[in-house]
Amino acid sequence: MTDPTASRLLPADVLRLGASGLLTRPTRALLSALGIAIGIAAMIAVVGISTSSQARLAAQLDTLGTNLLEASQGQDLFGEKTPLPLTTLGSAARVDGVESVASTGLVADTGVYRSAAVPEGETGGIAVRTASSGLLDVLGTDLAAGTWFTDGTASHPTVVLGSAAAEALGVSRPGQHVLVGKTEHLVIGVLEPSPLASDVDRSALIGERDAEVLTGAAVPPSAVYLRVDDERVDEVRELIAPTIRPDAPSEVSVARPSDALAARQAADQAFTGLLVGLGSVALLVGGIGVANTMVISVLERRREIGLRRALGATKAHVRDQFLAEALLLSLLGGVGGIVLGLAVTAVFAASRGWPLAVPPAVLGAGLGATLLIGAIAGLWPAVRAARTPPTEALQS
Amino acid sequence: MSTSAVAPTSPAGAPDPVVELRDVGRTYGRPPTVALADVSLTVQRGELLAVVGPSGSGKSTLLNVLGTLDRPTTGTVLIDGVDVAAQSDRALSGLRAHRIGFVFQQFHLSEGVSAVDNVAAGLLYSGVPQRSRRQRAVAALERVGLGHRLDHEPNQLSGGERQRVAIARAVVHRPPLLLADEPTGNLDSRAGAGIVELLHELHREGTSIIVITHDVDLAARLPRRVTIRDGHVVDDSSSAVRPTPGPGGLPTLAPSRGALS
Repeated sequence: MTDPTASRLLPADVLRLGASGLLTRPTRALLSALGIAIGIAAMIAVVGISTSSQARLAAQLDTLGTNLLEASQGQDLFGEKTPLPLTTLGSAARVDGVESVASTGLVADTGVYRSAAVPEGETGGIAVRTASSGLLDVLGTDLAAGTWFTDGTASHPTVVLGSAAAEALGVSRPGQHVLVGKTEHLVIGVLEPSPLASDVDRSALIGERDAEVLTGAAVPPSAVYLRVDDERVDEVRELIAPTIRPDAPSEVSVARPSDALAARQAADQAFTGLLVGLGSVALLVGGIGVANTMVISVLERRREIGLRRALGATKAHVRDQFLAEALLLSLLGGVGGIVLGLAVTAVFAASRGWPLAVPPAVLGAGLGATLLIGAIAGLWPAVRAARTPPTEALQS
Repeated sequence: MSTSAVAPTSPAGAPDPVVELRDVGRTYGRPPTVALADVSLTVQRGELLAVVGPSGSGKSTLLNVLGTLDRPTTGTVLIDGVDVAAQSDRALSGLRAHRIGFVFQQFHLSEGVSAVDNVAAGLLYSGVPQRSRRQRAVAALERVGLGHRLDHEPNQLSGGERQRVAIARAVVHRPPLLLADEPTGNLDSRAGAGIVELLHELHREGTSIIVITHDVDLAARLPRRVTIRDGHVVDDSSSAVRPTPGPGGLPTLAPSRGALS
């Protein structure tokens, strides 16, 4: 046939037909779009919360730095803890590429208590550690309140509490007294959290000379923290153990705390994968809802299909109309889901003080997934509609 | 058996059929039920005729075949010179979009849609943009006397008005052939008379119209009547011009019975 006598449906009219099909039954359209929306929102929120937490980590590592190394006492062949030598701090400082060092030393068999009424041994997981004077600078930890040790206070019975320790003891401000062992100590400072040194968080820190008075001997370091030239972290990491313990380098364990943070994040990611899986199940159920709506719609609208065929619609036009309707329906759900998912992520991130970070690619993928689902869910009902014989459809 | 009408010639004088059926048969199912058998019928451009018969006589099948919604099992169907058998679904849809208008007993209007948009749907599959569809729909509604009901929805219109909207939709693309299936079947006699008058007007303006009906009174008001029974054409009579001396020798009296009631 020549062109002027062909049956033609303008693309704008395909969209218009699809939209008007939805508008005739708005409640049904909204409900089945809601199914898709919940699936998409779940996935966007899960991915968004995960990426926002990653963004927080990246920002955190940016301020904390990834050039911190921690050398701690290892175990000998028999599983016994082997303390680091008293000379550790000095020898570590002399390694090429080390910028600054500090240490903590676990004070054995000594607890910290709120008062004498607390039975001995109920330490709540809070340990007493000595702190070398440069600890806060090396860790990048700030004081939440009070002061750090001075040459004067370090030998007096004073204590600085890590953030978790302060919370466990119920001490929020300096000026109160706690018992370290059996000796009353004045709290002079409380620290902010130290994400790179969780041991410090759960410690009551005292001066080295004070510890010597308490225990009757110099306390050897149990952990040494080193700030290293960014370019030479790996190289220094190899050198630390032999430098500290030339006789038994294997009894010193060296770690990079920022790696541990990243590893914890990776564990969270596995969990995220699981949640995304659950979200995709929700999306699948939403897709089935759309297919169901379309099947019912095709059954109910046989007369309309017959009329359109009589008005000159080809089978393809009928198919396209219902396909457009299914696509618009799931697109409605997809856009709603993206808005909902972003809102959930934003609220969650704001409540945690995280930056809001949702990769645009995820939004694009969400939209793409919706359109794919709409196409799959709509195809069979649309083809069925197209195959409806016009003569029967008009009689029904 | 059949009586090919020599009936009204086109203005030019030469025969110019808008519909030509040659020995058309249509059977359904297995064992086959015969709905149409050896029907031959020629409709000249500009004719107004009734296909009349009781229910079950095969007239609905005939309407579907005439409207290219159904294909014959045997025989040849030419609509506006196009052989239906040789055409694809796309081509037949094009034929319906441009050259055929349908009017149904149940109107088949879209609820919740204004009269203008219902009529404009008649141009949807001709690739006419929406704006000019609406303009032409307004003109078509004025043509059927509903210029004052443009924005009314079907449930705000009387039965007669609804059928006028449906007729406007059927003629908005100016088809050479209008097929009307029991157009007065759902209307009271007064509204029905108005619709018949409208069909006469459209006929005077040059549209070829085939009215399918079981209503003998309605058929009697049209210039030509083709009577169908059990799938066969049993009578073909014209009252307007001269009686046709068909080969079957069937008496073609004008006007037929019931015309005076």
